[in-house]
Amino acid sequence: MTTTAIEAEGLVKTFGDNRAVDGVDLEVATGTVYGVLGPNGAGKTTTIRMLATLLRPDAGRASVFGHDVSREPFVVRQLIGVTGQYASVDETLSATENLLLFCRLNGLKGSAATRRTRDLLEEFSLTDAAARPLKNFSGGMRRRLDLAASLIAQPPLLFLDEPTTGLDPRTRAQMWETIRRLVATGSTVLLTTQYLDEADQLADRIAVIDRGRVVAEGTGDELKSSVGQQSLQLALVRPDDAPAAQAAVLDVLGVAATVSPEARRLTVPVADPARVTDLLVRLRGGGVDLDGLSMDKPTLDEVFLTLTGHDATDQSTTDRAAGSPEPEEISA
Amino acid sequence: MTTLTTASAPVAPGGRIVPGAERTLRNRVTAGQAVSDSLAMARRGLIKIRRTPEQLIDVTVQPIIFTLMFTYIFGGAISGSITAYLPVIIPGILVQTVITASAVTGTQLREDMDKGVFDRFKSLPIARIAPLAGALVADLVRYLIATTLTIVMGLVMGWRPGGGVGGVLLAGLLVIVCAWSLSWIFAFFGVIGRSASSVQGISFLVLFPLTFLSNAFVPVDTMPGWLQGFVNVNPVSHLVTAVRDLASTGSVTGQVGIALLSCAVVVAIFAPLAVRSYMKKA
Repeated sequence: MTTTAIEAEGLVKTFGDNRAVDGVDLEVATGTVYGVLGPNGAGKTTTIRMLATLLRPDAGRASVFGHDVSREPFVVRQLIGVTGQYASVDETLSATENLLLFCRLNGLKGSAATRRTRDLLEEFSLTDAAARPLKNFSGGMRRRLDLAASLIAQPPLLFLDEPTTGLDPRTRAQMWETIRRLVATGSTVLLTTQYLDEADQLADRIAVIDRGRVVAEGTGDELKSSVGQQSLQLALVRPDDAPAAQAAVLDVLGVAATVSPEARRLTVPVADPARVTDLLVRLRGGGVDLDGLSMDKPTLDEVFLTLTGHDATDQSTTDRAAGSPEPEEISA
Repeated sequence: MTTLTTASAPVAPGGRIVPGAERTLRNRVTAGQAVSDSLAMARRGLIKIRRTPEQLIDVTVQPIIFTLMFTYIFGGAISGSITAYLPVIIPGILVQTVITASAVTGTQLREDMDKGVFDRFKSLPIARIAPLAGALVADLVRYLIATTLTIVMGLVMGWRPGGGVGGVLLAGLLVIVCAWSLSWIFAFFGVIGRSASSVQGISFLVLFPLTFLSNAFVPVDTMPGWLQGFVNVNPVSHLVTAVRDLASTGSVTGQVGIALLSCAVVVAIFAPLAVRSYMKKA
């Protein structure tokens, strides 16, 4: 019995002269949510497509619950559910017809298929819209139906490719809730996202992917602390105290504080949290009154910037061989 | 998630998902599963046909117009009169229309395969032939419509086939079987083609010589010798002759055998080719 849901070593996929995925290693423990974080065009979708047997790796190997994706694709397909970036349901069919079709393809017959379809429609609040053509479905409804279709066979491993891209905040929160519930039933989830807070919120571990390579891996907190220090936010009662506060920071911690434009907030990088007390004592002694203070960890945006030396902008248009297709867009 | 428990679902007691390592997994798809997967896909195809009736134009309007046009334009010139031409042209136009309908299969398959839903088909543990076979089986409905309309049109115009109801039914059945077999050629083009319009281009490039360089519309002896050579080996000619024999006299001639044999050869070559290319693209 293996406790590893996904093991990938040195996965490579090349489209023309564009190395979309350039040696990706992943290890995902069973029963966890694993986030693959990176900007558009970084190779997230291509990686998922290889793990889900939709694309053949050019080099490297990967296995799902110990079954090699290239040698035993048929076995792997019995263990996974895939929800794509673009809803992979049939537009010409209604929600009910879609689910019935996928039930039949998953070996559920007759009343079992009907019952499962009804349950899933209810579970994903689609019962009212079940008979309507999909053309009139909102983005959120499509995603829900897509996810429902992926859950018919109760796969122990789910791939969610950018499950909330393009959804409004409320629908996104619902999707997060659904993903959390799935994990609670024993599913393993690998999700990709460009949203840094989404990976932080949902994933137990995160791989940061940049230009087809994993540039960092760990828990959200590990990633953030690997970037270095936390920062202390100080809110001043009197803006006039800012120079005095800055002088105190420089004296006690030996670093320069950043003053916000309205001169009421100071941001101080902190290497050793224990010394913050010294600073606070000094400020009180100097008559600098505080309106509030907080210790903040850096955001994953800052993590990305530190790890890659560039910010998390779209990579499909920058730093790519001219004319090469965007890997996220390649179908089949 | 507790609502998701159904009898055959791999859910352990308490609504928990059975871990991957504890599942019984198959490494191969069985023949029975291939058939049931294909039928499920065919059912999808039928729903699609019902939802998008405009796709049926080529098998509804076209048989009516072509039958009228060809009969009245060529009837006098080729057979001396419309009535004399009908037993020649109706089997000919029947074969031409239904085979044309089978060429459209490839174009529609290409359009279909570009949709996101094919990603899901590829990620499911189903028979790889099912998405193709299902689409092709659903298209039998299109051939049936085209066959029925052409025959009815002929009857309306005064065609009185001597083979009776049985002969005409057998003739229609033979045409449908052959069109289905040929549709594997066009399915192959559909799978390897880059776009629907290029698939259509290639398909019609194959289709026109095949249907027009045959005995479907004019007697072969009016053609130059070199052309007769091709026309006489063209399987479409054998199919047309077989259909004429069945409809006019009700007799099952050796031509039926040649037509069916040609079909078997086409399926044996193009079905594996189409499925293999489809899997390669997957």
